[in-house]
Amino acid sequence: MVANAAPSTEIGLHAAPALDYQGILKQAALAAFVTFLLAAGIVGIETVSSTGELTFATRYTEVFIAVVGVFLGCVAISLMRAGRPMPALIGAGTVTIVLLVALILETENEVFKAILPFKAVAIDWGAVIIPAVIAARAAQLVFRARAKAAGRTAPVVAPTLAGLGRRAVPWIGLVLIVGAVALPWLPFGASQRKVIDICTLVLTYIMLGWGLNIVVGLAGLLDLGYVAFYAVGAYSYAMLASNFGWSFWVCLPLAGMLAASFGVLLGFPVLRLRGDYLAIVTLGFGEMIRVILVNWWWVTGGPNGINKVARPSFFGFSFERKAPDGGMTVYDLFTSVFGSEFTYNPYWRIVFLYYLILACALITNFFTLRIRKLPLGRAWEALREDETACRALGINPTNTKLTAFAVGAMFAGFAGSFFGARQGFVSPESFVFLESAVILAIVVLGGLGSQVGIVLATAVLIGLPELFRELKDYRMLAFGIGMVMIMIWKPGGLLAHRDPTIRLPNAAPKPDGAP
Amino acid sequence: MSMATADRPSMAVAGEPLLRVEHLSMRFGGLVAIDDVSFGAAPDQITAIIGPNGAGKTTVFNCLTGFYKPTVGRLTLNAPHGTFLLEQIAGFRIAQRARVARTFQNIRLFAGMSVLENLIVAQHNKLMRASGYSVGGLLGIGGYRRAERLAVERARHWLDRVGLAAQADAPAGSLPYGGQRRLEIARAMCTEPVLLCLDEPAAGLNARESAELNELLLWIRTEHRIGILLIEHDMSVVMGISDHIVVLDYGRKIADGSPEAIRKDVNVIRAYLGEAEDEALPPEVAKDLGKTVP
Amino acid sequence: MEYFLQQLINGLTLGAVYGLIAIGYTMVYGIIGMINFAHGDVYMIGAFNSLICFLILGFFGITWVPLALLIVLIVSVLLTSVYGWTVERIAYRPLRGSSRLAPLISAIGMSIFLQNFVLLLQGARGKPLRAPITGGVTLMDSHGFAVQLSYVQIGIMAITVGVMLGFTYLITQTKLGRQQRACEQDMKMASLLGVDINRTISITFVIGAGLAAVAGLLVTLYYGIIDFYIGFVAGIKAFTAAVLGGIGSLPGAMLGGLLIGLIEVFWSGYFTIEYKDVAAFSVLVLVLIFRPSGLLGRPEVEKV
Repeated sequence: MVANAAPSTEIGLHAAPALDYQGILKQAALAAFVTFLLAAGIVGIETVSSTGELTFATRYTEVFIAVVGVFLGCVAISLMRAGRPMPALIGAGTVTIVLLVALILETENEVFKAILPFKAVAIDWGAVIIPAVIAARAAQLVFRARAKAAGRTAPVVAPTLAGLGRRAVPWIGLVLIVGAVALPWLPFGASQRKVIDICTLVLTYIMLGWGLNIVVGLAGLLDLGYVAFYAVGAYSYAMLASNFGWSFWVCLPLAGMLAASFGVLLGFPVLRLRGDYLAIVTLGFGEMIRVILVNWWWVTGGPNGINKVARPSFFGFSFERKAPDGGMTVYDLFTSVFGSEFTYNPYWRIVFLYYLILACALITNFFTLRIRKLPLGRAWEALREDETACRALGINPTNTKLTAFAVGAMFAGFAGSFFGARQGFVSPESFVFLESAVILAIVVLGGLGSQVGIVLATAVLIGLPELFRELKDYRMLAFGIGMVMIMIWKPGGLLAHRDPTIRLPNAAPKPDGAP
Repeated sequence: MSMATADRPSMAVAGEPLLRVEHLSMRFGGLVAIDDVSFGAAPDQITAIIGPNGAGKTTVFNCLTGFYKPTVGRLTLNAPHGTFLLEQIAGFRIAQRARVARTFQNIRLFAGMSVLENLIVAQHNKLMRASGYSVGGLLGIGGYRRAERLAVERARHWLDRVGLAAQADAPAGSLPYGGQRRLEIARAMCTEPVLLCLDEPAAGLNARESAELNELLLWIRTEHRIGILLIEHDMSVVMGISDHIVVLDYGRKIADGSPEAIRKDVNVIRAYLGEAEDEALPPEVAKDLGKTVP
Repeated sequence: MEYFLQQLINGLTLGAVYGLIAIGYTMVYGIIGMINFAHGDVYMIGAFNSLICFLILGFFGITWVPLALLIVLIVSVLLTSVYGWTVERIAYRPLRGSSRLAPLISAIGMSIFLQNFVLLLQGARGKPLRAPITGGVTLMDSHGFAVQLSYVQIGIMAITVGVMLGFTYLITQTKLGRQQRACEQDMKMASLLGVDINRTISITFVIGAGLAAVAGLLVTLYYGIIDFYIGFVAGIKAFTAAVLGGIGSLPGAMLGGLLIGLIEVFWSGYFTIEYKDVAAFSVLVLVLIFRPSGLLGRPEVEKV
């Protein structure tokens, strides 16, 4: 490594340019001032309306901490940008360690509790993470600078990790599938049921994510009202099951078809709109469906929804203690098949539902993987890349988009059907815009188009808050800021990388006069 | 591998133009972009449309390929597989049914997809039919696999011809500029068109690349026996390969004929160089017209 | 007849509020071609800032209405404008020039963040404010129905008219306005001619946020109760108004706002109140299908 590289562009401990102290301080001060203005009202004053009359309480400490924190953070980042990562590392590192120690020991020591800036535990953890991230980045810069000063090329760790990661993705997928199939047999002890419940919920969202991925990730249509199709599926199942008494296995495909028809109905007028407009219109559709569900009493049951929805059966054999129509229960079935005595066990239905959603999700995944290699899937992706070019190639953009919309809606319908069956009742509260936003966040964070990425994103966004109940309140806040950050840092999503769906067979490079 | 000649009998009626444009006008509100333009393009020939910037050339293309609906005019395509009135066919169907392909002034590739995938997408309609609109392909029935293999072979043929076989699996957006232009032409040819419309294919190419482009277009004209319509500013390309030139200026046609005739046409010279005094042009200026870009 | 008049008054009042918010949407769309999804939530924050300001003024005993109103107006506009500026800086400026999808998703993320920000800090319950201005004028009283025009309604219409006049002056007569319009027309050229693009865009967001703050204040006075979710629905309706009037057209935004307000109120008054939101959304769909350029907008010609 040649040592006479231009000093001002290298991150080096030995050749950093003179620091513009004034500039750094001014910038940090400005940021701190803006933070103060933002926080003074809504953070600083807490309006309390418990007594019916509106009063308020002050939260000046939080404002102060926010302002100071932003100031220090800005200084640290400016220092790192200017080529002096060391002081940033020391400062951020110290703050991180102090806060971490205080967090761990707070239950025992009043002093430590006083150090912690915020009242809520989750925000305290957030307060630790920020200086920790800054410290980590500063450390990375310090190492890189040290390596350069010593004449070594900095180990190109990040790209190789990324490359390794990409190749590992199919294996990760395989491991996840095997693990998912084996899950109910793994020993979780007392929390067995809880784990399966959470996994069932996660799998439902994974299926929704994979479904929305077809619309947003593959075809590039920003659908903000996806929850509407979920709702159609759930309500169709509920209405068909409670009015006609048909079994789950009949209602499931019907619900899917109904949802798909809705997709065509909703999509037909609006799919030629441009991205932004399409987003808002689909958002409006989602809200319209919800309003109709709440208000159309005699059909949808209004705000109470539809209760007493039939539960799924094991291909006709009931999970109840006694079969409702006098036939065999599933326990009787297994007794007669395997010989040993099986009695009513509520756990069976839980496991069955788990495997059911696992199968549905895997079918969605299989469909996506296959369709990308077929002309329809390629047309979707081409449409996402450049619609005008598609038209010039004779591809019908409207029909292609409609198909994506309808297929995505169909899978949401299946998921909704499952949801209704699992819950035993449906009500409009489950189908608010927030759900659409969550599913979109899953698709975006996981990497538009990446199947495994969506699984991981769902595990983080849905699974974690279920495991740690205290996080639930802050989940959406984290969603929101997470979506912004991902778009700025990695617009393709965390695991986005596109491998071609087809390769040239025996492609020996021919030097054919190519430049 | 000559794949296209077998299924394309040459034009039954000799002298019948492949494309006949009659009284084409395009108005945007009060702005007249094209004013009563008529010309013909013969099959197996390269017709160039030239003119100063703003003359309306791309607008003509957009009318021909369904991106604009002409205000007035008749656009007749006499193809081996049928006769089509292009002004009455909606957007994408012109490429689908009438088999008119085009490239764009600002290259429009599917940048995130690989080079090979770009060429496979171009054969979309054929593959859709073969796969039963993808349903058959999904279920594994039907002749999709065979159709896909044929599509790949066709793509390989074109990749070899434009020299991109080595980059078949690379993202199309990663190709150098010249490669992207060639890929766009290859992609247009993969739709098996009868009329190929190229919008400034030589823009941004250096002299060697322009010569290679000439060679490619001549080869396409001879091997595949289709009509080529070309908008170009690069006179080395225009004069080098055109059989027929149409000159537009301010939305009107000011000249129409062979390259030699256009070279000497007073109206064309005036349009490119401005009003001349009422005297004969010095011979050096006339000679220069054959080489320089105005 | 009296009922009709009352609905008319109510509709125009509501419409004025929507119009103020719609201007923010249309200005941002005009200059950078994206829908500022978080704009509705900036309006919500404006409402909260006004509420908090009222509370504090009340605490300090400043209750003379005109003075209190003026202070709240100024403070709320200032604070909310800072929110507008910050949102642009953090969520949109880094993404300028990237694909269509990225800024939109970032905007949605910002919207979710703002909603939950207020939710966590202020709670989910609605915040009632004892109306500082009460009473009004009875315009007509016959057939047992009195047509009321409250002082708040007069105030809303007066403030809206004043704001519109000032704003129109700003856009058409000042240098800032000219720069803004130049950027809308052709950003590259404007920057080549020396216009500071970043600053102009920031100012656009700030003005939009300021107008939204005024709308928030007016709504706080009018309805007397706000919560963290009002931005969502108002945002969609205001965007509908902007589209109806012609996206990119400022008088169109106000016209669209008035129309949407009237549609909503008349629908609630003469049909059912439950489906009033559906009425507004349906207008959006219909406009986008049949006349995407809106009432006062210019049809967009696709450049290939």
